Amino acid sequence: MLRGLWKLTWIEIKVFVREPLGVIGTVGMPVVAFVVLSRVFGGRPTRGVARIAADVPAFGAILIALSAVLSLITVIAIYREGGILKRLRATPLSPVTILAAHVIVKLLFTAITLGLMIAAGKRYYTLPPEVSLASFTLALLFSTLSVLAIGFVIASVVPTARFAQPVGTIVLYPMIACSGLFVPVDALPAAMQRAAQVLPLTYAVSLLKGIWQGDGWSAHVGDVAALLIVFGLCTALSSRVFRWE
Amino acid sequence: MSSPIVHVSGIRKTYGRTVAVADVSFDTHEGEIFGLIGPNGAGKTTTLECVEGLRRPDSGAISVLGLDPAREKSRLQGRIGVQLQEAQLQKRIKVWEAVDLWASLYRRPLDGGRLLDQLGLAEKRNAWFMTLSGGQKQRLFIALALINDPEVVFLDELTTGLDPQARRAIWDLVRGIRERGKTVVLTTHLMEEAERLCDRVAIIDHGRIIDVDTPAGLVARHCPDRTVVLAADDPAAEAAFQAIPRVDGVSHDGGRFTIRGRGDDLVTNVIQCLSEHRIRVTDFRTVMPTLEDVFLTLTGHSIRD
Ligand SMILES: Nc1ncnc2c1ncn2[C@@H]1O[C@H](COP(=O)(O)OP(=O)(O)OP(=O)(O)O)[C@@H](O)[C@H]1O
Ligand SMILES: [Mg+2]
Repeated sequence: MLRGLWKLTWIEIKVFVREPLGVIGTVGMPVVAFVVLSRVFGGRPTRGVARIAADVPAFGAILIALSAVLSLITVIAIYREGGILKRLRATPLSPVTILAAHVIVKLLFTAITLGLMIAAGKRYYTLPPEVSLASFTLALLFSTLSVLAIGFVIASVVPTARFAQPVGTIVLYPMIACSGLFVPVDALPAAMQRAAQVLPLTYAVSLLKGIWQGDGWSAHVGDVAALLIVFGLCTALSSRVFRWE
Repeated sequence: MSSPIVHVSGIRKTYGRTVAVADVSFDTHEGEIFGLIGPNGAGKTTTLECVEGLRRPDSGAISVLGLDPAREKSRLQGRIGVQLQEAQLQKRIKVWEAVDLWASLYRRPLDGGRLLDQLGLAEKRNAWFMTLSGGQKQRLFIALALINDPEVVFLDELTTGLDPQARRAIWDLVRGIRERGKTVVLTTHLMEEAERLCDRVAIIDHGRIIDVDTPAGLVARHCPDRTVVLAADDPAAEAAFQAIPRVDGVSHDGGRFTIRGRGDDLVTNVIQCLSEHRIRVTDFRTVMPTLEDVFLTLTGHSIRD
């Protein structure tokens, strides 16, 4: 059914890597941001910044997810504008295969970026012994998948490739403000709390923070369910509004 | 005659208020190069994309190789080859990667390496798509359209933007496709291309087919005028030319005569007259109407407007 998926995915990986600027932007940016933040907050166990310091790993993970989604939106917009999506669709490749290849590439680079981030941040953060790296990686991939689904909706509505990056940034990054990172959701103004309830990032942050602090998955069933719902809704929505040309 | 490879009957396609295709019908037969010619916005691409199953017409019927493109798209896709107007590939995909991917999608693909060889792309197999010239990109698209050894190939504006030399090379490739027994349906707004390449052409304007025939047939039916220009220094010549059947007028300017008439026999008749009257000729030229003139006659405007 998904004929050509692996070949197409492999080609998309190679094509992505052949553009150094794109790789540096997508993979390098979150890592650099993480290291900078770690230097500011991570090294000093001062009381005031202790709580912020604890959030930095989750923040880093969220940056990775958003960076992957931004990259997806841009790629899709460029492919649509260039008629590449249309050309691929005029083959026996199924539409699902074409999009799935991009999702797999983004998830792969999400995992790679996380690995780099952990390596680069060793001086500031080490994975707590009770937390398994596999578990944290899984939490990140799962969160990313959910946000990627939003990415497809955004990619459906951006008019041209030029707008993809700015529109994606404007939609995605403000979500951090009411996601419960740095400032707990309870401490936010009422309007932002309501926004937090419907934004997927809130659940992603809660999941990532929890897993980093050593929670089991069973403590985050609600977050997982919420992310699944977002994924389902956005996938259904984008299958209706997605434009191939 | 055997049943048509492509049968299009009364299709219509609108985008909002724009009527892209108003009423198009034509048949394409096995082994021919069939051309859709018309100006920008005439509805060529829309028609072709309906036939390829990429768009669904609002009304009308299409059958390709006996299949309904809208309903049996996946069955059809294995048997047709498609080149899209203005399509691109990933900028940094290598030539061989594209061919390899396409080949993996079909049950019985041709040998990709040999195909690239035949299309003159062998030494470009490791080049990125973005580094190819316009003509090389079109060759690659032809390769991708042929990889599944299709029975019918659709080519949309294959040579637009190419220089005359690259264009001629592509024409030879398209003739090569016909030689392999395949049917080719192409679009162009270059009259010269249609005239040289197509066995039959459909003239399309404002979403309607105006006429379908061989290029020569269209010229013969719609533009029967013929002109012979010759140089002779015989004072009796003018009267002799006037007497040729179906001559509408003779003018001369010094030793140059311009003979206007109609019908395919005009040139023969002029030559016969020259030999009968032993008129000595130092220059002889015929001016034939082209598809360009046919288009002008049929639509009242030039294809470039
Ligand atoms: N996706 C679309 N949405 C809206 N209008 C469209 C779309 N595609 C084509 N049209 C309109 O339909 C008409 C026919 O377009 P089409 O592309 O079929 O013409 P064409 O003969 O292929 O022209 P060209 O020689 O420029 O390629 C044009 O007026 C065009 O603006
Ligand atoms: Mg066109």
